[in-house]
Amino acid sequence: MAEPILSVRGLQTWFHQDEGIVRAVDGASFDLEPGRTLGIVGESGCGKSVTARSILRIVERPGRVEGGQILLRRADGRVTDLARLDGQGREMRAIRGGEIGYVFQEPMSSLSSFHTIGNQLIEAIRLHAALGKRAARERGVELLSLVGIPRPAQRIDSYSFELSGGLRQRVMIALALAAEPRILIADEPTTALDVTTQAQILDLIRRLQDERDLAVILITHDMGVIAEMTDDVVVMYLGRDVERGPVDAIFHEPKHPYTRSLLRSIPSVLATPRSRLRTVEGSIPHPYNRPAGCPFHPRCPDAMPGLCERSLPGAVALGERREASCFLHEKPASGATAPVPTLLEPRA
Amino acid sequence: MSAAVPVRPTAVAPTILEVENLKKWFPIRRGLLRRVVGQVRAVDDVSFTIRRGETLSLVGESGCGKTTTSRCILRALTPTSGAIRFRTEAGRQVDVAVLPKTELRPLRRQMQMIFQDPFSSLNPRMTITDIIAEPLLVNGVRDLEERRRRVRELLDLVQLPAAYMNRFPHAFSGGQRQRIGIARALALNPALVVADEPVSALDVSVQAQILNLLLDLQDRLGLSYLFVAHDLSVVKHVSDRVAVMYVGKIVELAPTAAIFARPLHPYSEALLSAVPVPDPRRRRQRIVLKGEVADPSNPPPGCHFHPRCPYAIDRCRGEEPALRQLANGHLARCHRAEELSLGGVQEGGETRAPKVRAAAH
Repeated sequence: MAEPILSVRGLQTWFHQDEGIVRAVDGASFDLEPGRTLGIVGESGCGKSVTARSILRIVERPGRVEGGQILLRRADGRVTDLARLDGQGREMRAIRGGEIGYVFQEPMSSLSSFHTIGNQLIEAIRLHAALGKRAARERGVELLSLVGIPRPAQRIDSYSFELSGGLRQRVMIALALAAEPRILIADEPTTALDVTTQAQILDLIRRLQDERDLAVILITHDMGVIAEMTDDVVVMYLGRDVERGPVDAIFHEPKHPYTRSLLRSIPSVLATPRSRLRTVEGSIPHPYNRPAGCPFHPRCPDAMPGLCERSLPGAVALGERREASCFLHEKPASGATAPVPTLLEPRA
Repeated sequence: MSAAVPVRPTAVAPTILEVENLKKWFPIRRGLLRRVVGQVRAVDDVSFTIRRGETLSLVGESGCGKTTTSRCILRALTPTSGAIRFRTEAGRQVDVAVLPKTELRPLRRQMQMIFQDPFSSLNPRMTITDIIAEPLLVNGVRDLEERRRRVRELLDLVQLPAAYMNRFPHAFSGGQRQRIGIARALALNPALVVADEPVSALDVSVQAQILNLLLDLQDRLGLSYLFVAHDLSVVKHVSDRVAVMYVGKIVELAPTAAIFARPLHPYSEALLSAVPVPDPRRRRQRIVLKGEVADPSNPPPGCHFHPRCPYAIDRCRGEEPALRQLANGHLARCHRAEELSLGGVQEGGETRAPKVRAAAH
């Protein structure tokens, strides 16, 4: 197992509101290895997007990174804890868009309609590299052609509203790659797109990753996209990672009852026509009514009364790259939670 | 899971809806005089039938005309031309497309709609009872007790506790709201229910509950569904037959199992191939279509799909193909349907090993 390029440990991002504290992310841990794709999957409110925004330090008020570590291995081998940096500071601004590129779901609202895509590209390129305007423009045209935009030399002068959804998402990817990042975070990059366009964009991400040896964090609610695209998977539920592992193991030997229920309930094109689906009981709790103990226990088919509603299970190591946070996997004798090894230590 | 697919009784049930050569064109107006300079052919010559107790799904990508078709059937839009023949409870056949407004109203009881967004389709100022009882009130059920009794019945039907009757929509989750929307649609005992993307706004674990509920209700009440969706996985779980639309036209129409296993139109093949399969051991070589969906105000000559079709020949560029019956109940709009051997999705179908990435970096 390669040394991770990004290691998130016990991340907590909370939103302080008048009605109380929403613990959007409350103890998420995972590792991203160089050149691999990590999928973060979960349903609405599981904290997957807030996790991405926490890594980039762009959580909006009243949200705040409250605890945990976000350890980034820099190009020179140093390790920086992003959780301790000033979100608006010079170092974080250099990392965001520089070492870590990002693509969001809504290409319409992420691009300005007042500037041409060329202006936005050139700005992004010059923010992170000492290039003149002309050189930056040439680089911009190169990037547009890299992401498969036809006639890039002409398209660079168009506005985002003149482009289709698929082309806009390609522009977003070009922007994300402008500073040659080593990590790409893509948050639901294809959710707003039609299925044939989705296939084009996923293909593009896969090709760019292979060519540039990018480490990719792909955030989605779609188990199909996870299965097709990722190497490793983190399953999140109500702000916690409930299970982690290689993609094949997650789909074929799921260890956490939530992962199992989720996999059984997804409609598939391989199913028998008109077959009924297995369902997960109940629905996702409101963030103010977070269940005590294991957050999944009210919906869990395997919940153990007297245990699961009282205490919170810790992550149990189940082999290389494999963990589940569930009492089913704890050794009854020891009772104690297996410690989560920290793979990177920040050099203060 | 059922092993063998039983022959559903709907295969012989009477036809409830017959759509023939339906067209809905929207004029494009320009200039001071608002002169018509073109037409968006949103729905262009669509024909299909639905039997009693059957589900027909309309699938396709955004802008293909699937929602416009469903809105014409409910006469939320007035069709440009074509016939929409609906068999009423009384056994009469009426053409919804040309019916005067006064005669539409009693008919609307028999055709109801389930909406996509459970958050915007329920009035936040009305209690659940008021929401579900509103169609009853509008249709002359004056007695309050009678209405409340019916609301309790309906809540029971969609598996919501009657104790929720006096709450407001904000107290419910997306899945529960969708159940309320379904109860409202069923209040007047409709024969045909048009469901436009009824589960696409829901979380996966909740989606399954609603799909199962729709199947159960159909079996219990003998409903016919026109199911409009973009998600082929969802479509496979509810449909008896599937119609694939592309730029305003049906390009293929077939029984569900047939169209998924062996599509006869290249667009259906590409659409199926693009669906991510939730199994990493079945990573497939996708057919990635070039380019984008054609503009319905200026569709390409010949077959509308030819600029993106990997199998296009000269004939496709010049001559528009007709929708032809190629096997029992299997129609496709392709010149080359007989000679092409297209791939679908099947158990044990084509697979590609997961990419092995060197873990040793």
